Amino acid sequence: MALSATGEPEVVLRLVGITKRFGTLLANDSVSLTLHAGEVLALLGENGAGKTTLMNILFGHYVADEGTIEAFGRPLPPGSPRAALEAGIGMVHQHFTLADNLSVLDNVTVGTESLWRIRSDRRAARARLLELAQRFGLEVRPDAVVADLSVGERQRVEILKALYRDARILILDEPTAVLTPQESASLFDTLRRLTADGLAVVFISHKMNEVFAASDTVAVLRAGKLVATHATSDTDRTRLAELMVGRAVTPAAPQPLAAGEPVLELSHVTVASDHGRPLLDAVDLAVRRRQVIGIAGVSGNGQTALAELVSGLVHAEAGSVTLKGAPVERADPAAMIRLGVARIPEDRHSAGLVGAMTVWENLIAERYRAPAFSRLGILRRGAARTYARRVIADFDVRCPGPEARTQTLSGGNMQKLILGRTLAHKPDLILASQPTRGLDIGAVSYVHGRLLEARAAGAGVLLISEDLDEILALADSIAVIHRGRLTPLLPNGRASISQLGLLMAGHWDILPEILDAA
Amino acid sequence: MDIVASLLDILVSAAFWTAVLRIATPYVLGTLGELICERAGVLNLGIEGIMTLGAMAGWMTVYQGGGLWAGVLAAAACGALLGLLHAALTVPLGLSQHVTGIGVTLLGTSLSYFVYRLVLPQASTPPTIVPFQPLPLPGALAQTPLTYVALAMVAAIAYVLYRTPVGLAVRMVGENPAAAEAQGLNVTALRIGAVMAGSALMALAGAFLTLSAFNAFFFNMVNGRGWICIALVVFASWRPGKALVGALLFAVFDALQLRLQQMTGGVLPYQVFLMMPYLLSILALVLVARRASYPRALMIPYRKGER
Repeated sequence: MALSATGEPEVVLRLVGITKRFGTLLANDSVSLTLHAGEVLALLGENGAGKTTLMNILFGHYVADEGTIEAFGRPLPPGSPRAALEAGIGMVHQHFTLADNLSVLDNVTVGTESLWRIRSDRRAARARLLELAQRFGLEVRPDAVVADLSVGERQRVEILKALYRDARILILDEPTAVLTPQESASLFDTLRRLTADGLAVVFISHKMNEVFAASDTVAVLRAGKLVATHATSDTDRTRLAELMVGRAVTPAAPQPLAAGEPVLELSHVTVASDHGRPLLDAVDLAVRRRQVIGIAGVSGNGQTALAELVSGLVHAEAGSVTLKGAPVERADPAAMIRLGVARIPEDRHSAGLVGAMTVWENLIAERYRAPAFSRLGILRRGAARTYARRVIADFDVRCPGPEARTQTLSGGNMQKLILGRTLAHKPDLILASQPTRGLDIGAVSYVHGRLLEARAAGAGVLLISEDLDEILALADSIAVIHRGRLTPLLPNGRASISQLGLLMAGHWDILPEILDAA
Repeated sequence: MDIVASLLDILVSAAFWTAVLRIATPYVLGTLGELICERAGVLNLGIEGIMTLGAMAGWMTVYQGGGLWAGVLAAAACGALLGLLHAALTVPLGLSQHVTGIGVTLLGTSLSYFVYRLVLPQASTPPTIVPFQPLPLPGALAQTPLTYVALAMVAAIAYVLYRTPVGLAVRMVGENPAAAEAQGLNVTALRIGAVMAGSALMALAGAFLTLSAFNAFFFNMVNGRGWICIALVVFASWRPGKALVGALLFAVFDALQLRLQQMTGGVLPYQVFLMMPYLLSILALVLVARRASYPRALMIPYRKGER
């Protein structure tokens, strides 16, 4: 850490008593934080703990209801990203703020020159960008269009954007959520280079291993309150997890079970895309009863197409799909549901629930024509509500009742509702796409527990997740998806985390080595 | 064979290309105006009304004794004002751009007729002014100054969009306003400014009709040209150079159909020829626009700090 004249590390940022309310929700409750030059501070907390809100206040996206911010000894005017930028604060958002159709150089330089200059000085801008890239090991191509970049590259552009503006404080919101293990390691490398240069870094995370891999100090937020600040070396995982959740957490662990007969078999399945490379390319896969098959991969490599294929939303152009031993051809979603496929969609807001409709309407959305819920074309509302009350109780959905609109539910309760709809009819195959994305630890262990119960009850589970930890925790066997192609199934434990990371990044040349090791 | 020969005759005649450039001018100006608005993320369906107001305001200024260039400026100012109205409703208030734009078109058109009738309650035949005269240049280059203004605008706008910081900022707010704001840009101001500038250009397109192409103001004289400009922006994939190509292409079809009407002399109803440029535009749009990559934030209102 950079030391001031008195021998103490220089304080670069001071947040005092930050409070923010959204309606009745208290997102930040009198939070105070101090950041020193050369320090990496991990802001740890569950989803909804108020981490992102706090950083958005710091960067001027939101205005705090109470509290003050001081950067480099000067008060920071609230509500102005421009003021934050000028004070030397740079933010890398969780959802990148890049314009896809513009080049890397455009994205980095926009807003850095006086607007009314008669001509942009592109040459100087390019030279400066390349110099920064070189100095901090952030390789980029200035003229590439952002849409063509990988997620890791986009993140490098975001960091360069901040450095280009002489940021001395860098805020990273869940920076590793979308990275392969190797990309994360290289990000942490970059962070070390930045702090060696005297920058201060705040990174927001809910993953414990990152905190220990990269931070000097860890601050834990729970329900909007700062519950603890520790030197990272003085604490441990169990302690931090308890601080985060407020109670002890026991992760779900699968029991060994003998796999049954196959429920889903894909043989050389290809799904075409509108342009160029197919979304799925000659994929082979089998999911058996009492088995969880994990599909690991970086987002955008064909996971969505695989989920849509199994849901009946898209059809195979070549190859065959077999369900419970019978071939399936061009089945629509209704047919797939009838055949015993239950799905947890990737995006619960857009494809899982209709927010403006009630809990009971959403619960019977897949089965409203069944005799239990309609007779002669007229809905049996009473029966549907009774059914809804049972699911709400069975799946511990916290909501005012069957008449509540689903958009008023929290993310975790929405997912429980979907889980209830999915599991209530004893499906043969469960398609779980990103089943715990954005959920807090408590809800995650609940969802995992329910999926494992369904497995024990004889269902096959196809788990598609970008969270490698989740796959390692639940799956019996793992396949890695990259550019629409799928590796053979690897029993969980056969490949190391770093080997899986390499496979996710497309280095399939190591496959024979992994397969031979058996 | 006859028809091919006479078609060739038409295509090599200077008079034909003179007409093409003249017909193309309002499309060039209108398309550029719409293009600027859309590049900043705001669809401006007010174009038809803004063109009508520009046509009326330009003509009225000259009719009341102002100079021709004063008429041009008055038209641009009126266009910018209607643009400000559209922007005020769609940018800070975030109203539906479709509905607001149609409202602006209805307002602009009716306001123009209303003011015209207020000033000239009795005129049965529209009074005339002395319009811009063609410059003394050879062949198809003998165009009025506004045509050259339109051509210069193509280059100027391409330069501003791709070579200056403000152009980059405008493109950024049309692609990803959240990113623009995170870079310290004022999304609201940029969008309002772009819509006003674009609307001023649309009004110039209208003024060309009354100050160059004709010498009077008629009801319904814009006659759907604004809607064609909206299609031309898509055809042009939001690029100024391609906008010029599109406008010229449409003008070629239009000039050609006029001459074909005369040539075929009543074999086909003339409406068939009138239809031709529009049909060909739809065809061109279908072929080109499928691959167009539109500004990502087009028609999406931006509200700061929304969760």
